[in-house]
Amino acid sequence: MKTTQHTDTLVLHTGNEIDGQYGALSIPIYQVSTFLQDSQGNTKGYEYSRAGNPTRDALEKAFAVLEHGKRASAFGSGLAAISAVFMLWNSGDHMVVSNVVYGGTYRLLTKVLNRMGIGATFVDTTDLKAVEAAIQPNTKAVFVETPTNPLMEVADLAAIAALCKRKGLKMVVDNTFMSPYWQNPLQLGADIVVHSGTKYLGGHSDIVAGLVVSATEELGEEVHFLQKAMGGILGPQDSWLLMRGFKTLSVRMEKHEQNARTLAQWLCTVPQIKKVHYPGLASHPQHGIAKRQARGFGGMISFELETAAQADHLLDRLEVITLAISLGGVESLICCPAKSTHASVPKDVLEKLGVTDRLVRLSVGIENVEDLKADILQALRSA
Amino acid sequence: MTPSRPRRDYTLTTVAPGTPSAMGWARREEELRNAGTGTGCVHAGAQPDPAYGAVTPPIYQTSTFARLDVRTTAGFEYSRTGNPTRSCLEDALARLEGGCGAACTSSGMSAALLALNLLETGSHVLCPADCYGGTFRTLEHAKRVFGFSVTYLDLSDLEAVKAALRPETRLIWAETPSNPLLHLLDIAALSEVARSWGALLLVDNSWLSPAFQRPFDWGADLVLHSTSKYINGHSDVIGGAVVAGPTRTDLAPRLALLNKALGTQQSPQDCFLVLRGLRTLHLRMQAHEANAMALAAFLATHPEVRRVTYPGLPSHPQHALARRQQLGFGGMLSFELKDPAGLDRFLRALRWFTLAESLGGVESLSNHPATMSHGSMPPEAREKAGIGDGLIRLSAGIEDTEDLLEDLRQALDAASGASETGPSKARPAQRSCRKEPAR
Repeated sequence: MKTTQHTDTLVLHTGNEIDGQYGALSIPIYQVSTFLQDSQGNTKGYEYSRAGNPTRDALEKAFAVLEHGKRASAFGSGLAAISAVFMLWNSGDHMVVSNVVYGGTYRLLTKVLNRMGIGATFVDTTDLKAVEAAIQPNTKAVFVETPTNPLMEVADLAAIAALCKRKGLKMVVDNTFMSPYWQNPLQLGADIVVHSGTKYLGGHSDIVAGLVVSATEELGEEVHFLQKAMGGILGPQDSWLLMRGFKTLSVRMEKHEQNARTLAQWLCTVPQIKKVHYPGLASHPQHGIAKRQARGFGGMISFELETAAQADHLLDRLEVITLAISLGGVESLICCPAKSTHASVPKDVLEKLGVTDRLVRLSVGIENVEDLKADILQALRSA
Repeated sequence: MTPSRPRRDYTLTTVAPGTPSAMGWARREEELRNAGTGTGCVHAGAQPDPAYGAVTPPIYQTSTFARLDVRTTAGFEYSRTGNPTRSCLEDALARLEGGCGAACTSSGMSAALLALNLLETGSHVLCPADCYGGTFRTLEHAKRVFGFSVTYLDLSDLEAVKAALRPETRLIWAETPSNPLLHLLDIAALSEVARSWGALLLVDNSWLSPAFQRPFDWGADLVLHSTSKYINGHSDVIGGAVVAGPTRTDLAPRLALLNKALGTQQSPQDCFLVLRGLRTLHLRMQAHEANAMALAAFLATHPEVRRVTYPGLPSHPQHALARRQQLGFGGMLSFELKDPAGLDRFLRALRWFTLAESLGGVESLSNHPATMSHGSMPPEAREKAGIGDGLIRLSAGIEDTEDLLEDLRQALDAASGASETGPSKARPAQRSCRKEPAR
């Protein structure tokens, strides 16, 4: 088989070879719950769609290749994917987790997993010493989100991976913000990568999905077992749409980033904007690490206004940029994380981290960047 | 400083589908008029769902709509007549082409049928001699069944066009660039002839899409699309559209009525997918073009290749017209092998280029026009159109350029017999569906 390392080509041609029946270029949507057995226990590879479905399989195979892993499993949401990974540990186990983690992950750890006796310590994962200090005798894993949501802080993945190896811990990375187009944590030493497929992978704001990719077959098999046992699977229709999303991942990500870079630099010159967080800016504290471990800086920006009222006003006045939760779609989306994505994190914790009511998060879409600038300007001007 | 215009109000009120929302969203329509192509692709037709504010239009998979009373509907009554999801796509296509209205159909050929139904029986149509095979089949059918007469000629020869006009000439059917020889037509010149004669000018814009060519800017009356191609762009939907020009407010309602009367309308699921495809049209077209340009340049210097046709090459006889009339050169090219005996070997050896009908999808496709896309043309007509047995048409996908170049390189080696290993390295799954190569 002809192979290539080029992501642009891989996204189009992996997992898409399965239709040996009629040669269809697009994989069939196997909208089916169960499969005929020739005789008792004698299947053609599938028996029940929770355990395995040809459309979902195609997606999982394609995604494992994209993330340079051994095996992927697709879930009904990013949180279902993360839940399955957390179920790898046992009661009494402990995890070290990025302190500026996605609000949903924080809620899962502090409201659900705590009841099962799985503990978590939240630390600044951009500080390697802090990560090491937080490791307890019962620690089983380090969970890193990078860049962090919404402050865009970058953790040094290779350094944390080395620490994990030394301590015998598993390293899990949420790669949602970068997508495999820009960053491959498994190649930097991580054991597991999780994704919200809802974001850049699906890319069109029209499905909710999650993915887990493992560096080894054994780990992949364990996750696959949990997928089947817990049942948080992705349906065939959504699996197909997610694969369809991959097909333009390369062109979308290039444009998202090109627009984000332009906007970030431009926002720095707008007097009403007090601070811009984007790893692609030379002024970003971890710009060097970001440059080293990823091929690009992605399409997410956050920035601060003077007052919360100004931030509210901006969000209310924007016309082209849509006020909505989520990110990574073709259309630009904006939100105030403290009031939306991170509302499940206690206010005092957020304030301490710097996630204030003055901070807005912008998922830069693939529109014409001049239109986005004009939209922000008109919204600020009408203040 | 209090926000005076809270736009989120729309989530609180359930209003009839299609009702423009009252707050900030409504202004987006105005802004789109002046927006760039990319912004247009992302936002055209996407009025946020007035019921819940969903950023993508809901798929209204329904056949019929409840009425308030015998006279009052909420804007839709039956999905053949009109469907909110289809309306979104129709609005988007009209917006991107700069037209006043569009009708979305279940295929490009049903769009052609719709357009031909605008004419009266006995009408005379001018059509390029090298038109798409499906167009030829439909026009031949229309000759027998609708009582049309059709003259096939070279529409770039304006004197011949004028000489072919008859009192009953009602339509000039233009395809530019042509399939598969990328022959270009001067839309502005044809529109002048059509206008002076009181005939309609229809331009099939499937090969360039509104991202790269806007026929209405040059005076066309109608634009036709096989949306299966670049507009949808993922090789997973069959669809078509007819768009009425900005001043043809007389034609837009007739198209809508014909779509209803003929039952040629597109399904809500497929409309949703085409609209989803449209969101990345501008990015895909740029990538298609960059690849096509690289492939054409490579083929042009290869010793095994006779003739490369791509409007982006300065050697293309109408390169200047392409520069003037088009916003880009597109992703389609064709060429001939010097030794036609290597044709089967070449097509079998290709790894990333799939041998399949259609074009304009993200994945690269190869096509042998004489047996595939133009197989419905009789040999004499094909001969006249210049579609020889050695001609190969490529639809450049958006893969990595280097991978595509390497693929052509090794397949040309295989065609000339230089490499014995070429075909055996083909991807297994592809080989399995190539048991019957083009003959």
